[in-house]
Amino acid sequence: MSTSAATALPEPNYLSAGWTLRSWLLTKDHKRIAILYMVSVTLFFVLGGVFAFLARLELLTPAGDMVTADVYNRLFTMHGVIMVFFFLIPSVPAVLGNFLVPLMIGAKDLAFPRINLLSWYLFMIGGTITVAAILLGGVDTGWTFYTPYSTVYSNSHVVLTVIGVFINGFSSILTGLNFIVTIHRMRAPGLTWFRLPLFIWAHYATSLIMILGTPVVAITLLLVAVERLLHLGIFDPALGGDPVLFQHLFWFYSHPAVYIMILPSMGVVSELIAAFARKKVFGYHFVAFASIAIAILGFLVWGHHLFVSGQSTYAGLVFSVLSMLVAIPSAVKVFNWTATLHQGSISRETPMLYALGFIGLFTIGGLTGVMLATTGIDVHVHDTYFVVAHFHYIMVGGAIMGYLGGLHYWWPKITGRLYPRFWSKISALLVFIGFNLTFFPQFILGYLGMPRRYWSYPEEFQVLNVLSTAGATILGVGYVFPLVYLLYSLRRGAAAGDNPWGAAGLEWETTSPPPTFNFEHEPVVTGGPYDFTNVKEALFDE
Amino acid sequence: MWPNFPLFPDAASSVAREVDALYLGWLAISLFFSLLIGALIVVFFMKYRRRAWRRFGSTADIKTLPVEVTWSVIPLVIALSMFAWGAKVFFDQMRPPADAVGFYGVAKQWMWKFQHPEGVREINALHVPVGQPIQITLTSEDVIHSLFIPAFRVKTDVLPGRYTTLWFEATKPGEYHLFCTEYCGTEHSRMIGTVYALAPEDYETWLATGRTGVPLRVSGGELFGRFACDTCHRMERATPELPARGPSLAGLFGTEVELVGGGTVTADETYLRRSILEPQAHVVAGWQPIMPTFKGQMSEEQLNALVDYVKSLPAGTQTADEDGAPGAAGESPASNAG
Amino acid sequence: MSSLHAEHGPRHHPALAHHFEDLEQQKEASSFGMWVFLVTEIMFFGGLFCAYLIYRRASFAAFAEASATLDIDLGAFNTAVLIGSSLTMALAVWSAQMSRKKLVVLFLLATFVLGGVFLGVKVVEYGHKFHEHHVPGRHFEWENPATEAGAEMFFSLYFAMTGLHASHMVVGMGLILFLLVPAWRGRYGRDYYNPIECFGLYWHFVDIVWIFLFPLLYLIGRHGVPGGH
Repeated sequence: MSTSAATALPEPNYLSAGWTLRSWLLTKDHKRIAILYMVSVTLFFVLGGVFAFLARLELLTPAGDMVTADVYNRLFTMHGVIMVFFFLIPSVPAVLGNFLVPLMIGAKDLAFPRINLLSWYLFMIGGTITVAAILLGGVDTGWTFYTPYSTVYSNSHVVLTVIGVFINGFSSILTGLNFIVTIHRMRAPGLTWFRLPLFIWAHYATSLIMILGTPVVAITLLLVAVERLLHLGIFDPALGGDPVLFQHLFWFYSHPAVYIMILPSMGVVSELIAAFARKKVFGYHFVAFASIAIAILGFLVWGHHLFVSGQSTYAGLVFSVLSMLVAIPSAVKVFNWTATLHQGSISRETPMLYALGFIGLFTIGGLTGVMLATTGIDVHVHDTYFVVAHFHYIMVGGAIMGYLGGLHYWWPKITGRLYPRFWSKISALLVFIGFNLTFFPQFILGYLGMPRRYWSYPEEFQVLNVLSTAGATILGVGYVFPLVYLLYSLRRGAAAGDNPWGAAGLEWETTSPPPTFNFEHEPVVTGGPYDFTNVKEALFDE
Repeated sequence: MWPNFPLFPDAASSVAREVDALYLGWLAISLFFSLLIGALIVVFFMKYRRRAWRRFGSTADIKTLPVEVTWSVIPLVIALSMFAWGAKVFFDQMRPPADAVGFYGVAKQWMWKFQHPEGVREINALHVPVGQPIQITLTSEDVIHSLFIPAFRVKTDVLPGRYTTLWFEATKPGEYHLFCTEYCGTEHSRMIGTVYALAPEDYETWLATGRTGVPLRVSGGELFGRFACDTCHRMERATPELPARGPSLAGLFGTEVELVGGGTVTADETYLRRSILEPQAHVVAGWQPIMPTFKGQMSEEQLNALVDYVKSLPAGTQTADEDGAPGAAGESPASNAG
Repeated sequence: MSSLHAEHGPRHHPALAHHFEDLEQQKEASSFGMWVFLVTEIMFFGGLFCAYLIYRRASFAAFAEASATLDIDLGAFNTAVLIGSSLTMALAVWSAQMSRKKLVVLFLLATFVLGGVFLGVKVVEYGHKFHEHHVPGRHFEWENPATEAGAEMFFSLYFAMTGLHASHMVVGMGLILFLLVPAWRGRYGRDYYNPIECFGLYWHFVDIVWIFLFPLLYLIGRHGVPGGH
């Protein structure tokens, strides 16, 4: 722990460049926009988390006795909608990506700063409309909006919710567009593609998915709204439509979407491993190509959500084999990260704890994913808690831990402050324990046959459900801690200095917090990433 | 709670054990790799801990290509092998044997209605004999549902407007859960039931005791007459005085049908159903599109009975008995649905 | 890659945004950005085209019958109008490159007018469909019961696809108005004509979408071969 008292931050910096609300709400600075996103995604995370917790409370007992079935159906739907669209998709790219992409490539800002701000406004408008739908009573279709339930039978605010999600989709598209153009056109002199940090490769791959996939779900949801409002029959079999067509169009985006949610966190993990093992990432080229491979292959596997939908057996097999392929680049990354640790100089700081937790939990999540891709198994576990456990291992054990790890790594750079390291380690531990206790029992529940989206369930499933809810409580506490100590650090944290972790990367060669235009002098790059030869010592060498 | 704390489901069907073997195979592989990665992480974490004399990691330039190829190819081989194994199990799950007995099921918010071929109907319950392959042809009256019997390791979505099928052969007498597993609205979690697998003698007893039911095919035959299907789809040989107005349905089920405008379609249950509800969708080559639609005139259960009746018509039945009775039950052509 | 030799002249161009090295980088970035955006638009329309192709294959006869009720003359006229508007747009870009301010304004206005003509014709066509009760939904009427469901599906897709296209045209016309003001003030010239060029790309894209829509919607089965695809 630094012994100096909280000292003043270097001036001028982007935070002190203006104190008015207007200077924040009309900013063009990518770093301020990242902060705007940080605050808003945190609020959505809390909202989505509360819904999850209420649902888990209901599931303590087999009978539906806390809320009505209708309310429960709205709880899990809103949990899914908010977490997927308003937290997982934007969190790492819009918070960490927005902040770091220009810094890491030596640029003054993203290519289109005003479009960046527009992205945030679209996010907020979409989010507000969705929250309005919640306040008016919510939606009960599941975040997947399957037809004809969503278009004909549901008595809930489907149209309002899909409009909110639709608008939010454009936020995602514009962010992806901005990153692609920035990475192509605004790299510092000397910064060739294979000298880019893996965080950039990951965000580039993510952006490809954002721009190609999101428009498809946008038009699909628009059709759902139009169908519901005007009683058309595009997806309604009673009027000659095909409900399975909806599923194909929906999953054509929503499968690649899960790679939007995980790739950025993988990029974070690459940075964390390199920084806290003080070693360049093993197999850099392979990790970079793996990101692109995941993005491309991710578009070819959507049918694995439709194995038992009435889709033909042969189509199912094609999607199954392609889904096996998409797992390989992820496995390659896990092996490369692990190999990076070998002969590293491994620090036990909190970001590293999150990175290692990510690797372990993502491995389990990924392996259960190939289990699901195996048709013979999926017939049994599709639409059960096995699937729920699988995707939470990836999204919470993977993506969210990546986000938290990144937040804890770059917090000193973003705010100029150090946070209490002891409490941060305690939180990481609580999150890890709480997470596993919440979701591991759900694998067992799923194979036993407990279906998803069930408000009441047979008695013999109770013990596992109770364990899961207990875990959720611990997990919740683990998430509250960072809210407290990170905010605390803004006031009372010691000044971090340019490079408190002794890490390599252009972002660490400017002040913490950086000046508005990022660098005093435009950096010129002469070597590859993760080069620690000229890097100072870290503040904490444990 | 302990006696009521299962960790693994009952295996009560002919495919259950293969599914479990596949699952345990993957579990073993997963356990191996998770422990491997976990152990490596822990070992490296301890062994390469940052020290005053090890402030930086190694900067040695390692040839990564051989090891990258190795750890790409090995997982690929494992994954593809498991794919192949899984495909075999999948075929077993999806393809009913030729002697499967045909049941029908209708899902609606929020109940399951089953029709035995003998005509017995059940709601949210399904009595089946052990040792007999059973195929259930399913449709929904409203939204998408999904029929799931965990102990049998089988599942299929149930769609409005078309048929999907599920088959199983129960191997162990007992009572097993039956769930709806595609979210379908408010009472989704109460759209559950029980499968009662009975030893064959017990099943016969159950069937006979106090249960009246007209065999599905017979009621289908009655409907065929009641809805005047037989005025165009005659069983008698066509004569100049009484030309046929519609194609003969004898032996139709399972064959390839040539359509107006080229193209063929397999005459499966969905085709039969669609021909009744949307007769203009697939007009048979050589015939006029004059068949009226029966949409809205009959329930799903009646449709099921009609479909079952037509399925049962053996080839070559150009003459019929007075009451239009079909050929003997069990002689229907092999069904290739699904 | 950015130029390392930024001169003082272009560096002080009023249109140069602070985060770019020079106008060259800014131009490349904005053009590239517009191309990326157009890719997203392809995917956006793509979903509808995909649904169209699937349903057309399922109900070809109904689609052909429904398509025959569309006014092919108006559709062809509109196609010519849009192609013409792409020509005027391309001329607007050329004029900007030539720093010919008055021509820029003239051609932008011409594009606007042609766009307006297109939309006007669409209003007329939609009116016809309304009066013939071909608008899907509660008031849909169709003489041939055999093809009714398919025809209603056709019209659902017709309105969705042409509606989406028309809304893109409306946005485009709004953007032309935005461009007119700085164009009139002579802001676009040899050194800086990004906005005109990028907008031109957008306008051409909207035109190309129509060039696909026209045969798919208006010309089903009209090539004279009876009963063919």
